Amino acid sequence: MTTLFTSDHEWIRIEGDVATIGVTDYAQSQLGDVVFVELPKVGRTLKKAEAAAVVESVKAASDVYAPISGEVVEVNEALAAEPALVNSDACGKAWFFKLKIADKSELGGLMDEAAYKAHTA
Amino acid sequence: MLARESPLKRTPLHGLHVARGGKMVPFAGYEMPVQFPAGVLKEHLHTRSAAGLFDVSHMGQLALRPKSGRVEDAVLALERLVPQDIVAVAPGRQRYAQFTNEDGGILDDLMVANFGDHLFLVVNAACKAEDEAHLRAHLSDDCIIDSLGDRALIALQGPKAETALARLGADVTATKFMDSGPRKVAGFDCFVSRSGYTGEDGFEISVPAAQAEALVTMLLQNPDVLPIGLGARDSLRLEAGLCLYGHDIDTTTTPVEGALEWSVQKSRRSGGARAGGFPGAEKILTQFEKGAARRRVGLLALGRAPVREGALLFADAASSEAVGRVTSGGFGPSLNAPVAMGYLPTSLCAIGTQVFAEVRGQRLPLQVAAMPFVPNTYKR
Repeated sequence: MTTLFTSDHEWIRIEGDVATIGVTDYAQSQLGDVVFVELPKVGRTLKKAEAAAVVESVKAASDVYAPISGEVVEVNEALAAEPALVNSDACGKAWFFKLKIADKSELGGLMDEAAYKAHTA
Repeated sequence: MLARESPLKRTPLHGLHVARGGKMVPFAGYEMPVQFPAGVLKEHLHTRSAAGLFDVSHMGQLALRPKSGRVEDAVLALERLVPQDIVAVAPGRQRYAQFTNEDGGILDDLMVANFGDHLFLVVNAACKAEDEAHLRAHLSDDCIIDSLGDRALIALQGPKAETALARLGADVTATKFMDSGPRKVAGFDCFVSRSGYTGEDGFEISVPAAQAEALVTMLLQNPDVLPIGLGARDSLRLEAGLCLYGHDIDTTTTPVEGALEWSVQKSRRSGGARAGGFPGAEKILTQFEKGAARRRVGLLALGRAPVREGALLFADAASSEAVGRVTSGGFGPSLNAPVAMGYLPTSLCAIGTQVFAEVRGQRLPLQVAAMPFVPNTYKR
C-alpha cells in the first residue's frame, strides 16, 4: 500500500486499482474547524485536477481536487454526517472518496511522503 | 506582494498576539490575529460561555471638542452628518450612528459617546482616514477634531466580562448597556463603554497605547478570559445580526434598506423636532414614509452547507433572474447551523419566506429569519 500526496494537500492511498483520497493533516490545520463537507456522487467520472469535493471551515470554503483521473466508486457518508472528523483524523476516518484509477501513469506526478514533508516545511 | 504596497501597521498588542500563537493576517491595513491556537469554533463558544478578549485597536478613535466649550455645539454639529438624535445622548451614554452621503448611502457606521465636555467617536478601521477628513471638512468651524491615535482599543465580551473587569478594580458593576465614559481600569486612564460586537454583555475599553499590553496581560491571567481573533469576531457578530460595514451596509445602501430604522430616532424623522438636516435626508425620510424597494434580512439555510458572501439569491429553484445577494454568511457555531444575511426585494422579506441561494451551481433553500439569530444578553 502506497500513500502519495499532491501540492494541493490531498493524500492518495493506492490499493490495487483503487485510490482512496483525503486531505492531509497539514491541510486540516490550515483550514481550521471543519463544519461541512460535500462529496462527489458515486459513478461520477473525474478528470485529474478537477474539483471533486468541498470542505468548509467556519472561515471559508475550499475545493478538494481529484489527484488523478477515475470513476468515483465509493464516498465516505460518515464524513458528511460528521465533518469534524477531518480535524480529528484527517488521514484515517476522514477519507473523502475512492476512485477506480483510470491511468496509473498519472501517479508518477505525485509526491511521496518525504517530498510532501519538504513541500510543507 | 507589490513593492509599492505600504507595509502593514501593527497595533500596540502585536507582540502579545504573536506570543500567544495568533495567526496574523492583513486586515484593513493592519496585521491582525484571525485566530489563536484554540481555533475559531472554540473561541466563538468560549466568548458566549465565559469571556473573550478582542484587539480592536485598528479602529479609529476620535474626540470632537466644541470650540465654544459647550458640548451642545459639538452635538448639533455632528447631527448635520448623521440621521441620529445626538442631543438625546446624555453625558455618560453612547449611541450607534451612521455617517450618510447625499444619496442616503452609508459612508460608515460608528459609536458616539457623550463624555460631558466633548464627544468620543469610534469608527471603522477601513474608513477612519475618510471619516476624519469628512469631519474636518464639515465640522471644523465648530469643533476641534482630535484623532486619538495614541490609544489602543480592546473588547471584553461574554457573561464573565463584568467579573473579569471588576477584578481589576474597574467600577463597572452598576453600568448598563451603552453607558460610556472615562474610568480607571487597573489604575490606567481608560474609556469604558458597556457595548460590543458579539451580542453578549461586555465592554469596549480604550486604553493609552503604552499601557495596553500591561492591561491585556492582566486580563489574560484570568482563566475565564481567552484571546479571540477576527474569525470568531465575525461569526459572533453575524449570529448577533450586526452589520459589517463594507459588506452588509455601504455607500449604496440607506439606513432604511439596511433595516437600521431603529437607529434613526423620531426627532430626526419627518415631523420630528429636528427632522432632516443630514446628508441624504430627502431620500431616507421618503423611504421611511413609503418604504424601500429592498431590505437587509436574516437568512437561515435549511441544509448544512454554509452560504457565503456574494451568493446570488433567487425567488425559486428554477428562475434565471437573481433577486438579491448574500452580504455576509458562514457557519454559526452557537446555532450549529449556517447563518447569513443579505438583501431581498421587500415583497420577499416576510419572516419564513423561502428563497434560494446559488452555491456551486446548486440552488440551496433558505428561509428569511428574524435577527438576532442568537438572543443578545445586553445588561439593560
